[in-house]
Amino acid sequence: MTAFIVRRLLYAIPTLLAIITLSFVLMHTAPGGPFDGDANLEPEILDNLKSAYNLDKPVSIQFISYMNGILHGDLGPSIIRKDYTVSELLRLGLPVSLSLGIKALSLALLMGGVLGAIAALRQNSWVDYTVMTLSMSGIAIPNFVVAPVLTLFFGVYLNLLPVAGWGDVRHQILPVIALALPQVAIISRLMRSSMIEVLRSNYIRTARAKGLDHRRIVMRHALPAAILPVVSYLGPAIAGIVTGSVVIEQIFELPGVGRYFIQGAIDRDYPLVMGIVIFFATAVIFMNLLVDIIYGVLDPKIEVE
Amino acid sequence: MGAAPGSTGLPDLLTEAAVIKGRSLWQDAWTRFRHNRAAIAGMAGLALIAFYAVFAPFFSAYTLDGLDYTYIQAGPSLANGHWFGTDSNGRDLFVRTAYGARISLLIGLMTTIIALSIGVTYGALAGFLGGRIGNIMMRIVDVLYALPLIFFIIILVTVVGRSIFLVFVGIGAVEWLTMARIVRGQTLSVKQKEYVDAARIAGVSSAKIIQRHIIPNVIGPVVVFVTLLIPTNILIESYLSFLGLGVQEPMTSWGVLIKQGSNNLESMPWLLLFPATFLALTMFCFNFIGDGLRDALDPKDR
Repeated sequence: MTAFIVRRLLYAIPTLLAIITLSFVLMHTAPGGPFDGDANLEPEILDNLKSAYNLDKPVSIQFISYMNGILHGDLGPSIIRKDYTVSELLRLGLPVSLSLGIKALSLALLMGGVLGAIAALRQNSWVDYTVMTLSMSGIAIPNFVVAPVLTLFFGVYLNLLPVAGWGDVRHQILPVIALALPQVAIISRLMRSSMIEVLRSNYIRTARAKGLDHRRIVMRHALPAAILPVVSYLGPAIAGIVTGSVVIEQIFELPGVGRYFIQGAIDRDYPLVMGIVIFFATAVIFMNLLVDIIYGVLDPKIEVE
Repeated sequence: MGAAPGSTGLPDLLTEAAVIKGRSLWQDAWTRFRHNRAAIAGMAGLALIAFYAVFAPFFSAYTLDGLDYTYIQAGPSLANGHWFGTDSNGRDLFVRTAYGARISLLIGLMTTIIALSIGVTYGALAGFLGGRIGNIMMRIVDVLYALPLIFFIIILVTVVGRSIFLVFVGIGAVEWLTMARIVRGQTLSVKQKEYVDAARIAGVSSAKIIQRHIIPNVIGPVVVFVTLLIPTNILIESYLSFLGLGVQEPMTSWGVLIKQGSNNLESMPWLLLFPATFLALTMFCFNFIGDGLRDALDPKDR
């Protein structure tokens, strides 16, 4: 187990290096720069600005000094938001994005799991058809369509919940639901088909034959086995929620990392964009490692070595 | 198989067998696909949407960016010819949704073709080369797979330049990973099958084995994946356009229209309703077709 974790952590190093290099080169070799918006700058001031941010040097030198900074835990200053460093902006945005993402993921797992299991237990009944229709719609209707409609109904017509902004729990309800829905749809489908397969297997028939009551069969024998495909879907689910959070933060005007990212990319705030990419890549890599470990623990057939 | 009591020896059996025409994989698949009602409905729906995308602008009196000052913010109406209503500039939504459909479908197709060519080449190469090089190639795919790649697309379209061409390249360059995995896995597993050994022992040439056994086995899963990749890519494009990073005015796509609709949802709900419905219907159709193809082409279920 330890060897497995160490090996995976070692793999993470070239991965991160590749990501940093790729995004750095992509951004710094593109025409234009962060000061394009300031039309009336004197050439001298522009030169001073560029040299202050190292932008006057060749890309290779910039890259080396940036890497040097990262190794010392310094993600650099934000070029556009001049009063902040990238680390400070991340510290501001992360609590919002993380609390949103974790809640959405938990909701998706819980709702998707329960709905899928119920649909499988009542296969071909109206319950099953309803769940599957909803699930199909959840996959077909993107969350940037669902979110405005939710806002209109619960925020404007019913006036129950705030339509935008960040504050108490009430601000989180709609964004979390909008973020979770597509994942609920996918997870419930996965859970249903895996549960149906498990319920048909021989050991469930044996359990039934020896007279075990239905509840116990489902809870003790069927569910733990049926949940495995859902666990292995966790990686893509996390990536999906990260992706979704960018657009959801935009719609609900939440001060999360996703908004900094989009704004940073548009403004060419190189260090900010790099910092966010590095953070998310690291987070996703470690979450995937965690998922693999959980999978190894849950599935006795797989030996994590 | 076994000779029935009435029938005579081997020669008879052979002449009989020569008369019976075998059904190919594809004939079988087509028969199964035809009997899947959802899949056929998906095909029909898609044909209608494509027809609408291509021909709708010819039926309307209005153009993509023509402004109709007499009907600004008008709701859907049969009487004035703005069947889907107009936006705050008086532009006709029926025509705009059709142009959006053209761009969205085109992007779905183009990006999928790019992803298909990269993925199939890469996967086939990794499967064909095998060994250490093949493994390294797949490790690279694993590494990329673990990342939220949408961030790269966003960097590409914001920093490098906002052109529809970059949207094609960006999405295509990211979405080939699964394709590579499918092709390599399928190639490797077919290569090790007993019937391939048998064919080799019987003296069938490599080219013939690839043509008769490898390609038909790889094509099935690839076709299924393509029908599911097209809607995924259409969705990614709408996502980018919704953020204002994809297709730019005066060109339009379903994502651009949905963005406009969601900004004016309270005053002009039709601006969201029509493009979103078309997008969702397209997703439904492709998913139904994909599911149908999967059922039809999976020989395990036979």
